[in-house]
Amino acid sequence: MHAAASIAPLDPAPAGPAGTRLHLDERRPAAGLETPVVFDVENAEVSYGSFRAVRGVSMKIHTNQITAFIGPSGCGKTTMLRAFNRMHDVIPGAKVGGKISYHGVDLYGPDVSATEVRRRIGMVFQKPNPFPKSIYDNIAFGPRVNGTTNKADLDMIVERSLRAAALWDEVKDRLRYSALGMSGGQQQRLCIARTIAVEPEVVLMDEPCSALDPIATARIEELMRQLRDRYTIVIVTHNMQQAARVSDRTAFFTADVDASNDQRCGVLVEYDLTAKIFSNPSDERTENYITGRFG
Amino acid sequence: MSAPGPLDLHGLRAQPSWRAAKSHLATAAMILAVVAIAIPLLAVVWSVVTRGIGVVTDAFPEFFTAEIPVVSRRKGPGMGPAILGTLLVTGGATLIAVPLGVLGAIYLHEYGQTSRFARLVRFMTTVMTGVPSIVMGLFVYLTWTLRFGYSAFGGALALACLMLPVVIGSTEQMLRLVPATLREAAYALGTSKSRTILTVVLPAALPGIVSGSLLAIARAAGETAPLLFAIGAATAYNPNLFAEANTALSVQIFGNATSSFVAAQDRAWGAALTLMLLAFVVTFIARKLTARFALER
Repeated sequence: MHAAASIAPLDPAPAGPAGTRLHLDERRPAAGLETPVVFDVENAEVSYGSFRAVRGVSMKIHTNQITAFIGPSGCGKTTMLRAFNRMHDVIPGAKVGGKISYHGVDLYGPDVSATEVRRRIGMVFQKPNPFPKSIYDNIAFGPRVNGTTNKADLDMIVERSLRAAALWDEVKDRLRYSALGMSGGQQQRLCIARTIAVEPEVVLMDEPCSALDPIATARIEELMRQLRDRYTIVIVTHNMQQAARVSDRTAFFTADVDASNDQRCGVLVEYDLTAKIFSNPSDERTENYITGRFG
Repeated sequence: MSAPGPLDLHGLRAQPSWRAAKSHLATAAMILAVVAIAIPLLAVVWSVVTRGIGVVTDAFPEFFTAEIPVVSRRKGPGMGPAILGTLLVTGGATLIAVPLGVLGAIYLHEYGQTSRFARLVRFMTTVMTGVPSIVMGLFVYLTWTLRFGYSAFGGALALACLMLPVVIGSTEQMLRLVPATLREAAYALGTSKSRTILTVVLPAALPGIVSGSLLAIARAAGETAPLLFAIGAATAYNPNLFAEANTALSVQIFGNATSSFVAAQDRAWGAALTLMLLAFVVTFIARKLTARFALER
């Protein structure tokens, strides 16, 4: 956990042997980080019934970048992530307030279809959740739902998606076998392949590596870096090193106690370039968190 | 903190203890329970097989094909019309109750959820499971048979009423067991709710739904009381589902077993064995069919 802790957070000039830091230096130049905005979030909040899980979030998510959400448990990271592709719609009592625009369109506008939103904004979940179907049918599921029935087209999509997820060579001879027979790391890459098979613009990842070993994690991180050129990625992670390793921008969330009703509620503390968050955060709470002093 | 002393390996040895005794007691109680369940079950199978096998093999395969003797004291086969009748009545009931029950359960679990209407339906379903089968027979007699006369279809209606709550209940249980993560995976790919239910939820729940339905079918196939009212009596083949009196194995067992003639009682045992075999074959086929959906790991 504590490569990040070795960074002197108030020192603007990168120095020191931390692996994290070295990686920051390999990053694309800062000028390249000003890509167009995908999501414009204004004062968003999410409640489950009378419980407000996260409030007052305002941020802009940029295309072809990896944005990481970090913060302690129960700070609303995942809740916020699920608001981006309307996954809260299927939870009774869940409500999203404020405004989340996707390319200028209000995601929660009256004539916006949640299924269309989710087709463009895919999601990879914390626990690998392949369908109890064959590897092939898992990948082909999304394209079929979206109207691709031609066998040759499906074959091509399956191969392309599995290649993109660096899984093709491992599974090409057992496409007809159940996806449930794969290892956890393979299953999670299968889920990524399944997500990109429908050619979404954005891929939301909810702690995609928390159930995986370090080798599988490294593979998925490598995959994320490759996918960044074609997709916009938002990732929730508990692993600060992971955020530092893979992301371009980082948002730090924490839980605040609401004085009016004594309930804990997630808030966005700071959102900036990852290099800045991990070297020179503006908020003391961020600094405390990334240096391991709390959370 | 002081350094730990040498490991007390002596303490690793199993000691006679109350905890171990409780474990043995619980194991013994479970074995006893299994035996207590198995004895009556095996006794039933044993008596049906030993008394029925001779009747069936003495006239094989005529016992399964010949018509039922009109004069019941006459010795000899067979049960053909009753086998056909059971297949017609139970098959008809299955065709009515399983689709309705599965659709109803999908509504309750996926759409109605905790709404007032869904809760009312769920409550009525539970009540329906407690209704004696003869009441279902009377119900069908009054609403259907009095108007349209005896037919296998009337029996199918009565059995469907009995099966429906079982199918609804077991299917809803199975739908509840489908992990929410699977639904989320489908939703996250831009799949509509109906499509998610059809292509992800139902296939995942299918083995359980089949098991529940088979149980309901097997139960219904052995029902006698409602059929007495609804299908009347016949000794000849009646392949028409919708007209004329019919018969069924369960009805034949009841009629022949209560007869005072040995020949009829023998036929009752034969019919009982036939019904058991039929249930076995249907279960076997259904299992084979569902197994085809399962994938190799």
